Formats: sequence, structure tokens, C-alpha cells
Amino acid sequence: MPLDENQVNNIAQLAHIEINPEDISHYTRDISNILDMVKQLEQASTTDIEPLSNPLEQIQRLRADVVTESNQRDKLQENAPLTEKGLFLVPKVIE
Amino acid sequence: MHRKTLADIALGLEKKEFSSVEITTSFFERIKQLDPDINSFITVTDEQALIKAKLADKQRANNTASPLAGVPIAHKDIFCTEGVKTTCGSKMLDNFLSPYNATVIEKCEAAGLVMLGKTNMDEFAMGSSNETSFYGPVHNPHNLNCVPGGSSGGSAAAVAAGFAPAATGTDTGGSIRQPAAFCGITGLKPTYGRISRWGMIAFASSLDQAGPMTQNAEDAALLMNVMAGFDPKDSTSSDKPTEDYTAKLNVSLKGKKIGLPRQFFSQGLDPAIEQSVRDALTVYEKLGATLVDIELPNADLATPAYYVIAPAECSSNLSRFDGVRFGHRCENPANLADLYSRSRGEGFGDEVKRRILVGTYVLSAGFYDAYYLQAQKARRLIKNDYLNAFEQVDFIAGPTAPSTAFSLNNEIEDPVAMYLNDIYTIAVNLAGLPALSIPCGIASKLPVGLQLIGNYFSEADLLNAGHQFQQNTDWHTQLLAQSVR
Repeated sequence: MPLDENQVNNIAQLAHIEINPEDISHYTRDISNILDMVKQLEQASTTDIEPLSNPLEQIQRLRADVVTESNQRDKLQENAPLTEKGLFLVPKVIE
Repeated sequence: MHRKTLADIALGLEKKEFSSVEITTSFFERIKQLDPDINSFITVTDEQALIKAKLADKQRANNTASPLAGVPIAHKDIFCTEGVKTTCGSKMLDNFLSPYNATVIEKCEAAGLVMLGKTNMDEFAMGSSNETSFYGPVHNPHNLNCVPGGSSGGSAAAVAAGFAPAATGTDTGGSIRQPAAFCGITGLKPTYGRISRWGMIAFASSLDQAGPMTQNAEDAALLMNVMAGFDPKDSTSSDKPTEDYTAKLNVSLKGKKIGLPRQFFSQGLDPAIEQSVRDALTVYEKLGATLVDIELPNADLATPAYYVIAPAECSSNLSRFDGVRFGHRCENPANLADLYSRSRGEGFGDEVKRRILVGTYVLSAGFYDAYYLQAQKARRLIKNDYLNAFEQVDFIAGPTAPSTAFSLNNEIEDPVAMYLNDIYTIAVNLAGLPALSIPCGIASKLPVGLQLIGNYFSEADLLNAGHQFQQNTDWHTQLLAQSVR
């Protein structure tokens, strides 16, 4: 298998996703199967082929650097799990 | 009432044969009665729909209504709708009331369309069976033990079951076309950038595209006239002018060339589907088109390239769900890292987590070149195959999916098997091309879809080809008639 359980735990940490210990083995199996399937890409001869990231090869359009949004803090914070005085609350980061 | 098309309803409203309130109420009655068996809606918006319907009736009375005013529609729950729950099929957004409307929603509202509700979908549009939804699977109206396809499975099932005359969908690797095929309806995935992605919850930004899911090609054209267009809020929106997508519907197909890629009629294709598709192609020959064998030499690279690029973009897009600003948050986090990882671990389902992990892996230092860059190079090879093909032909045709709708709980345990459902649809997203799926037959009592792929911005031509087929066959009406009651 391309990956072992330790590697999957490592990736999960990088992605900030908690995986239950009892699920690690099936994630390892499934992700390994996906990576095995993806391995077919190695057979593609891609010398001198430029990578394609936007299918229409558009150039990122820029806009004028002016404020277009109005302040909607209260409205936007209605969806926030925890706020105080207009601030988003998270657990203490600095002791 | 429930089998009227968008065009029928618009005409009936114009002639005052019925009111918008009447037709809207009749859809809600049908949803209430039959959707418990199908599960196509996550949210039904009856109160605001009736307000909108009354307004449309008033406009009709004063002759100030736009052509589609008062016509009902269902929206995939991936489109942000102001003040209405917008879940994307995920526990992560179970409590999310969008503070704004997606551009697609704004355009539909401006056209006077009446939103019936938000349809069920695979979580964050990741799936081909609608089984990854937090809100439970959708059942195929043609056979309740079968899946409707995905990810726009709720939209497809709602149209097939007569809960809505039409619906919006999104397509990242086949998510409009495959469920359209499985449910016996018409689905169009437009050219990348033709319809704004603003307010459409992102899965893989270089592949995602919204489109109409309807009872026939004419209705898809009517909806394209509403949905398409440049949007300064979407930096990848195309500024190419739109056209009247109904204008070419009745053009003759005489002299058109349809390419049949050998790779779309090879191993893995259900012989009954191949037969239906080949029979459908003879209809095109009778309409004056010529069939040409073509090659798409890099077709096999599409699935592997997609399952690098889509997870990579998804891992980046879904990093916004952090339990801080909106969405699910775990109880009693010990610290910030715990808040992130438990909120995401609890809020996302298995398939979404799997794809984020694959994406994180292929983008990580040391693997980026071998996986991500190689996939993007393969993506260009795939695009070049299509560009070459369109030098010779006007359309490319083949089956939409290798099988008909499969049984619930059949393939979800094996992600790679599930991914192979999209072998004929995925390349179109990688290349950014438009493609249409129309019903073209029945195999084992289930609908079969024909996929037509066109060159960039050829939506009107694809809809022309779809409409001409539907003027000369009755699969689209026959299949709706054999759907649920």
C-alpha cells in the first residue's frame, strides 16, 4: 500500500481533521486505493507539456482597489458559533 | 399539472389558465404527499414561495410580468439563498442561514421564478449517488431501491418525480449529467465560466459549473437565458456575450458531424446502454447528421487526473470551515488546534474527509510535482484531444454513464468503484467544455442518458441537437410518465 496508518495520521494533522482511531485503517485502505488508481498518471508522457490550471487559460481579472462592500459585521456574525462585542471567540491562544 | 414544462407553465400563466399561486401550491401538495419516499428536498420554502407567487400573479394582472414570472423552480442546496438554510448536504452547514444570494439565485429571482425549496445533494457535491448527504440518500423516482445519481441527485429526482418543473444543479465531474441520465431528465453542463460561481459553495473551483436540469432541451434553453452571463463578482466568469439559447432550437442538423470516440464504447459499458445509445445515434443520422469514428487517446487519464486535481482544490476550498466564523463547532475545545480538528472531524462526512486528505497529500512538499503538476499536464493532454476532435466534428456523442442507476448501498463502500461512474463525464470538466445529457432509452426499466459534448460556448448548438432529438423521439416524455405515480 502506498500509505501506512502513521502517514494518514500525519496528513490528517496537516489538514486539521480529527479521525477516530478505529477509522484510521479504513481511511488508510481507501486513500491507498485512490493513490493506486491515480498512479496511472505516471504512464502519461508529459515532457514539454505545460500544466493546465484554468481550462480556458483565462488570466486572473483584477478589479479597481476600491471599497465595494458595506459593513455587515452584525449580519455576518449571526452565523458565528461564538462572538463577543463584534469579535469571533476562540479558545485562549496565548497564556 | 405536475408534468407541465417551464414553457407550458409560462404559457398557462400568460393566458391566465391558472395562477402562480395555484400551480405553486399544487407542487407543494405533491412534495408533501410523495417526497417522504424520495427525500429530494432538504428545505421546502413554502411561505416565501407563496409571497413570490402572489407578486407574480399581480404582475401578470398588470401585464408587467417577465416571461418566466410565477414559474416554480427548485435549487440545489449548494447555492446560497439569503435567510434560507444552505447546507451543501453537510452537517458542517446544518445551522447555516446564508447572509446573501448566489448570483444564480439573484438572476432566477429577478426573472420572477418562484423557489420551491433547496434540493438534497451529495455532501459538498462529492459523490455520484447522493448517498454521502448528511440528510440521507435520495431515492430514484423510477425505482426507490436505486440511487438517483449525484451529486445533484435531489434536483434530478425532484424534476423526475414532478415535484418541480425544473431545477438548478452544479457539475464538477458529471454531477448534472449523470443524475439527469439516471433519472430520465435533461441536464446541461455549460462551458466553464458561462454561469457565475458567486455564492455557489466551492468544491473544485477550476471545474465547478452550474447548469439547468429540466424535462427537455427547450426548458434548459429557457433557463440558460436566465442563468448565463458575465458576473464581475466571479473572477473566472466569462465576459463573452451570451446569446438567446432558444434561437437555434429548430435549426436543421443536416450536415452536422457527430464524433463517436472509440474510448466511450469500450470495456465496462453495459451492452444494453450501448444499444440504446447506438439506436439514438441512428435518429441523428435520419436527421441528416453524419457519424464519424474518432479517437480521444488520453481518455484513460481523465479519472486519475481528476482525482488529484479535484481533491487538491477541495482541500484548499474547504479549509474555510474552521468552526470559528460559521458552520459546525465542537463542544468544549481544549485549545485552538482541538477546535479546528474536532469541528472538522465532526462536521464533515467520510467522503469529504477522504478527499481533503487525498488533496492535502498530493499538495504536500515532495509529492506536488509527481501528483499535482503531473495531473495538470495530463489535463492539457485531455483538452488537446478534444480540441483536435473538434477540428473534425461538431459534437462528440456517447453514453452519459457506463451503467443505469445502481442499487442503494451498493458502491459507497468502495470509493474507487464509485469514481468510475464518471468516466464519460469527467474529461469534459477538465477541458472546461459544455455537454448535454438527454434521455435516449430504457435498460432494465431504468433510464439511459445520451451525452453530447460540444466545443467551447456551443450551448445553443447542443440544445439545438437535444431539441431536434426530442422533436423526433418521445423518450423524454415516456420516461417521465413511467416515473413515480
